[in-house]
Amino acid sequence: MEATHVHGAGHAHGGDHAHHPKGIMRWITTTNHKDIGTMYLWFSFTMFLVGGVMALILRAELFQPGLQFVEPEFFNQMITLHGLIMVFGAIMPAFVGFANWMIPLMIGAPDMAFARMNNWSFWLLPPAGILLTASMFVPGGAAGTGWTLYPPLSIQMGIGMDMAIFAIHILGMSSIMGSINIVTTILNLRAPGMTLMRMPMFCWTWLITGYLLIAVMPVLAGAVTMLLTDRHFGTSFFNAAGGGDPVLFQHIFWFFGHPEVYIIALPAFGVVSHVIPAFARKPLFGYTSMVYAIAAIALISFIVWAHHMYVVGMPVAGQLYFMYATILIAVPTGVKVFNWVATMWRGSLTFETPMLFALGFLFLFTIGGFTGLVLSNTAVDVQLQDTYYVVAHFHYVMVAGALFSAFAAVYYWLPKWTGHMYDETLGKWHFWLSFIFFNIAFFPQHFLGLAGMPRRIPDYALQFTDFNQVSTIGAFGFGLSQLLFLYIVLKTIRSGEKAAAKPWEGATGLEWTVPSPAPYHTFEEPPVLTEAKGHA
Amino acid sequence: MNQQASRYFVPDPSHYPLVGSVALFLLASGAALWMNKYAPGPYVVLAGFAVLLFMLFAWFGRVIGESESGKYNKQVDFSFRWAMSWFIFSEVMFFAAFFGALFYVRVLAVPDLASAEQQLLWPDFSTSWPSAGPKFAEQFTPMHAVGIPLINTLLLLSSGATLTWAHWGLLAGKRDQLKLGLILTIALGLLFISLQAYEYVHAYEELNLKLTTGVYGSTFFMLTGFHGLHVTIGATMLLVIFFRVMAGHFKPDHHFAFEAVAWYWHFVDVVWLCLFVVVYWL
Repeated sequence: MEATHVHGAGHAHGGDHAHHPKGIMRWITTTNHKDIGTMYLWFSFTMFLVGGVMALILRAELFQPGLQFVEPEFFNQMITLHGLIMVFGAIMPAFVGFANWMIPLMIGAPDMAFARMNNWSFWLLPPAGILLTASMFVPGGAAGTGWTLYPPLSIQMGIGMDMAIFAIHILGMSSIMGSINIVTTILNLRAPGMTLMRMPMFCWTWLITGYLLIAVMPVLAGAVTMLLTDRHFGTSFFNAAGGGDPVLFQHIFWFFGHPEVYIIALPAFGVVSHVIPAFARKPLFGYTSMVYAIAAIALISFIVWAHHMYVVGMPVAGQLYFMYATILIAVPTGVKVFNWVATMWRGSLTFETPMLFALGFLFLFTIGGFTGLVLSNTAVDVQLQDTYYVVAHFHYVMVAGALFSAFAAVYYWLPKWTGHMYDETLGKWHFWLSFIFFNIAFFPQHFLGLAGMPRRIPDYALQFTDFNQVSTIGAFGFGLSQLLFLYIVLKTIRSGEKAAAKPWEGATGLEWTVPSPAPYHTFEEPPVLTEAKGHA
Repeated sequence: MNQQASRYFVPDPSHYPLVGSVALFLLASGAALWMNKYAPGPYVVLAGFAVLLFMLFAWFGRVIGESESGKYNKQVDFSFRWAMSWFIFSEVMFFAAFFGALFYVRVLAVPDLASAEQQLLWPDFSTSWPSAGPKFAEQFTPMHAVGIPLINTLLLLSSGATLTWAHWGLLAGKRDQLKLGLILTIALGLLFISLQAYEYVHAYEELNLKLTTGVYGSTFFMLTGFHGLHVTIGATMLLVIFFRVMAGHFKPDHHFAFEAVAWYWHFVDVVWLCLFVVVYWL
């Protein structure tokens, strides 16, 4: 048994642990939530670049009709890996990284509830990432089914499919452990006096996201396990000849897949609920209704899954039910959007980079929400299913929603993490380049989809060329703009104006009461809450 | 100021997570190789399993040591309670996927295959559960509820009672009752697993009921198989608890490991009751 920690009461900086490993072993063995948060964020950014390069391969191929660069099989593999890597490797780990860094600071806890398991949650990601990327190089290549892994195609693939299945198992374990940790931390480690309804909104969104993850990741594990046994052990879950049904997989997958959408979106909502009040210099409008809206979105997300499957041949009654239930989600989502707008109403607004990204989120996510409403309409969806309209819709939600919110979070909290202010001019450049190129890349895809261009096909009819070329130019511009982001972050880590403990005039919450950069250990004794603190 | 004496416990840096990740990577890549008939597969799986066992021994050993040296205060105890509850919830959802599949094939898929719409494809297929699907040519006998499954139900229910009796012993400081209760529970669990194994052999050799017997075989063996795996894990955990009791661990006011295993055991029990009703009986 090693010596137990003995901490000085008032020390300000890390490095007080002589027996702690140094160098690479510090990162491998760490139980510190800030170290682990940092690793999550760097892993996420690395995967973002990997998945981004895959997207650019797709867009390069789609610059012209006909086949230019890649074989159709490889195109399908890029489609699959781009989806899996961006969802599980880039966006989810980014928000887990924010949760790791910020939730203990926000609730006045010394660390996560299970610090060792926290480390394992992170270190399960690289093996899964290796399995996914290595599957490109095995005989038969990676899974070419799209990230949804629908049978019967997924029954027919080679070893790459099995590697994807096992990667999903490992990612699921990581997500479940991470979520149990976050949920337990929020429920049990809040500083005395911080009741649930005084908790910062980011913690609320993560509490409910954690619940969603614990509920649906095991379901995905079950679905891919059935795929595995159908592939190798002769079961007939998805085989009609044996009494099963390929559509069964779609049901189980989307029972996971639809809550997954909110797993990605809710923490993004949480970030925006911090950034907008800070730069409007007003408390968040309608805190209580925000909490109820999050809970309502989470609950409804379990009963709408088949809106992804309107064309599989379900009864009209089923289509109608899933349509109405889906449209219902617009109500709590609308509550959130109007509350953010009301927060800004007559506020003292300034437009630093985090605020720009939050507003970009607000505009573009709302567009993505509206196209979602269009798609929720069964009669319309029959035309638009599997067209580029769907691709445009979910990229407005995933990229302009989740990713822009993640950028807002990075710029908002970077001073707290590094102790330096980022370069505001470059940050604004990053925003405007991202915003403009994003719209150039994805807005034309609405028109392509409405005109009938199918998704996941490397070739297309001649009349789609113009919009595809515009989209490809936008995609490359967007991808290159992210190198500027990398430069800004590295520059902020190495140099930059020193940041105050609370660099944003309108920011509230416990995280701004600790120095910048946040000391290695914070809140070893629970802070005393005053009336004003706690709320975001 | 000693942190453990205050509200919080934060563990030291640890190698175990990395070891666990290596183990799972070996298991995953080895299984992928094995299933695709590559020679190194079984060895890689075996290595992964060995590393995983080492990690479990070391990590749980560390946790047990920390607990016994008094580092876990009431707050840590409460964290463990939340975490175990959420973990069991995740297990519930895992089984829900398979129960959902069973529900779907019984209520939707099989009747649909026998419907008028499918008459041209499968003219002779009729909708009657248990079904192995329209293309399954062999004869098989489904598993009956009365017999071993009913005995197994009684075994597991009794094991839940003996475990609670052991818990009462622990709470009252009656260590002999605790030990006897645990031994009885483990014995009932092992008997259950043995009868399940016998039932599987019986199914394969006499009933021609196999994993490959259409969707009935798939759902039957996957549901009961995963349940049996969980009983095995639960019995192993009970065995660890028993050894810890023999080593003098647990006090009437500090024994969450015991309770966590008991929760898990009751959860496995409830899953069995659902299995008995919808897999064997109805």
